[in-house]
Amino acid sequence: MTKLLEIENLHARIGDNEILKGLDLSVGAGEIHAIMGPNGAGKSTLSKVLAGAEDYVVTSGTIRYQGQDIAEQSAEQRAAHGIFMGFQYPVEIPGVSNMMFLKAAVNAQRKERGEPEMAANDFLAWVRHRVKQMKMDPAMLSRGVNQGFSGGEKKRNEILQMLVLEPKLMVLDETDSGLDIDALKIVSDGINAMRSPERATILVTHYQRLLDYVQPDFVHVLAAGRIVKSGGPELARELEEKGYGWLQAA
Amino acid sequence: MAANPSEIETLVQNRKYAAGFITDIESDSVPPGLSEDVVRLISARKQEPEWLLEFRLKAYRRWLTMREPRWAHVQYPKIDYQAISYYSAPKSMKDAPKSLDDVDPKLIETYNKLGIPLREQEMLAGVVPDRPQVAVDVVFDSVSVGTTFKKKLAEAGVIFCSISEAVREHPALVKQYLGTVVPFADNFYASLNSAVFTDGSFVFVPRGVRCPMELSTYFRINERNTGQFERTLIICEDDAHVSYLEGCTAPQRDENQLHAAVVELVALDRAEIKYSTVQNWYPGDENGVGGIYNFVTKRGDCRGVASKISWTQVETGSAVTWKYPSCILRGDDSVGEFYSVALTHHRQQADTGTKMIHLGRNTKSTIVSKGISAGHGQQAYRGLVRVGEKAEGARNHTQCDSLLIGSNCGAHTFPYTEVRNPTAIVEHEATTSKIGEDQLFYCRSRGIGEEDAVSMIVNGFCKDVFKELPMEFAVEAQKLLQVSLEGAVG
Ligand SMILES: Nc1ncnc2c1ncn2[C@@H]1O[C@H](COP(=O)(O)OP(=O)(O)OP(=O)(O)O)[C@@H](O)[C@H]1O
Ligand SMILES: [Mg+2]
Repeated sequence: MTKLLEIENLHARIGDNEILKGLDLSVGAGEIHAIMGPNGAGKSTLSKVLAGAEDYVVTSGTIRYQGQDIAEQSAEQRAAHGIFMGFQYPVEIPGVSNMMFLKAAVNAQRKERGEPEMAANDFLAWVRHRVKQMKMDPAMLSRGVNQGFSGGEKKRNEILQMLVLEPKLMVLDETDSGLDIDALKIVSDGINAMRSPERATILVTHYQRLLDYVQPDFVHVLAAGRIVKSGGPELARELEEKGYGWLQAA
Repeated sequence: MAANPSEIETLVQNRKYAAGFITDIESDSVPPGLSEDVVRLISARKQEPEWLLEFRLKAYRRWLTMREPRWAHVQYPKIDYQAISYYSAPKSMKDAPKSLDDVDPKLIETYNKLGIPLREQEMLAGVVPDRPQVAVDVVFDSVSVGTTFKKKLAEAGVIFCSISEAVREHPALVKQYLGTVVPFADNFYASLNSAVFTDGSFVFVPRGVRCPMELSTYFRINERNTGQFERTLIICEDDAHVSYLEGCTAPQRDENQLHAAVVELVALDRAEIKYSTVQNWYPGDENGVGGIYNFVTKRGDCRGVASKISWTQVETGSAVTWKYPSCILRGDDSVGEFYSVALTHHRQQADTGTKMIHLGRNTKSTIVSKGISAGHGQQAYRGLVRVGEKAEGARNHTQCDSLLIGSNCGAHTFPYTEVRNPTAIVEHEATTSKIGEDQLFYCRSRGIGEEDAVSMIVNGFCKDVFKELPMEFAVEAQKLLQVSLEGAVG
């Protein structure tokens, strides 16, 4: 069976800086993968390259999603086909309400897939349902996108967007950083709710505590632009104990 | 993430100017050049009373002694005032049409193309019953070609007509107010306008009347080498209320055209005037060829106590703009507001802002200015807040934000404050931001295409101003910004 995501020997640079240096990763449908690794290793870079950021240049290697090489696909096409990235640093868009933003996103994706727009009432009900699920104040929908949101609220908003858009491949870049204990639980519930045999999740994280709530099938260590070690959930606990030093020494 | 400005720039490159067509109709123009004879001729053509000719001549003589202002942050070649024709009227208008049926069908067609229906039945056709009606006056080159809904307005006691007609039909009112807000010697362009103004709109709302509908004037410059010098005068007596909108377009031409308008507003006790502008004069092409020079003097006088004047403007057109809609807050407790969105793109330059002159006690003013620069556009906000000695308890709040799209454009802010009363509170906030690659990427990663993302971000930026526009014009303004930023992606 073809994997949902297959990355082979990926090299990517920004400016003259090579960040990803021969990265291999393969993610099957239904799986949850955790990626951990030292600061500056290239985790966010990998996330953004997957989502289609154009300021990174892929110099060699391939990314296959649902069996297809997506090198030529724009960020918006990738989104429409089910790739979602939760930002480590979500961006503010003043004056554009969350509601408007979600609506524009949903309808743009549907258009790209050749589906009709969602009826206004259905959409409203759908978004309200997800807001409730995330235990957010519905009043946030009329506020600007992430405008004046606290760090934790921004992260929660990322998961709300994910729940509304229902993507297939979710790449969540440090969504757990900055969350209080209750919010971590809510966010984890959101991630678990999306778990299904057709979907897959890549969790970029520095901490074991998220993985206590969202059980990964695989844990990888990304260091210096490559996956240097892979294992099961026990690897995360080992890292928590020993740090990354022992890996580089090995 | 590193910004990649070139990409955003290509987004806004291919701006299309939809109103750029030229109407082929015979017109009756005075040969180019300005002299006392030309001023006399304009006045004679319009069969004006002696006092008005005197007003024009005084202004003309003063203008001869004045110099073009050079302090604005704009650059353009010297204007040859002798190369401009100061009067152009569509030929068929010579014997002043009695009704729209007498108007050249080509003119009506021009306005239909612009989406401005001139006939009342067309305006009403297919429209939801409770949608507010809008009365329209239309000025083509130098002449008003017709005002709609006159009867309904007259029943309410509201006068809405061209200023030429007002001079004929209501001379006492015009004489009482004309030049009392913007004196003939006010500045170079205002003097020029006072000498040669040809048409414009006149509104008079008597004591206690709320104007039953939105009033609107559309200005269009068609003729080559013609200047447009319209004059608008709006008077609201005690407790009267009016909302007025002006819209402007011009054909796409290679040479520059001059537009030097004067707008005067007078609000008496507790009166309220809301003046909105959607200005879309031809901006010139991406190399800066052609486009309108828009040198406008707009001023409102809150003469009465607790009166209110509110300026809202959305400016996307013109090659060079020089414009500072202002409020003189003379009456105690009077209120002045200025909400502005200005977009400069390609080689457009704008030096715009407002003046709030606080003279009365407890006067309040609010300034919200949103400047958007793209391409090689250059924009300056220039605002003056002056609080006089007697303006006990005066308050001002200014919010001045600039948004840059790409890295070749510029935004500059020149706030001036002069406070002569210690009880006054004057606040100023300013921000400059860039549409970042990170904002665009955020939208795109959610499936929203580049163009839609830019227009969404820009609309969000302008929200505080758009919400001040009358509903249907807010929609129009949003569309206009969208078209203005339309470009080739990828
Ligand atoms: N625009 C840029 N120009 C040069 N170097 C960059 C640029 N953007 C990122 N980098 C570098 O790329 C490397 C990888 O960054 P990345 O954000 O992917 O790390 P990360 O693994 O997500 O780290 P963290 O755990 O701190 O989030 C870093 O050394 C960073 O400084
Ligand atoms: Mg990171």
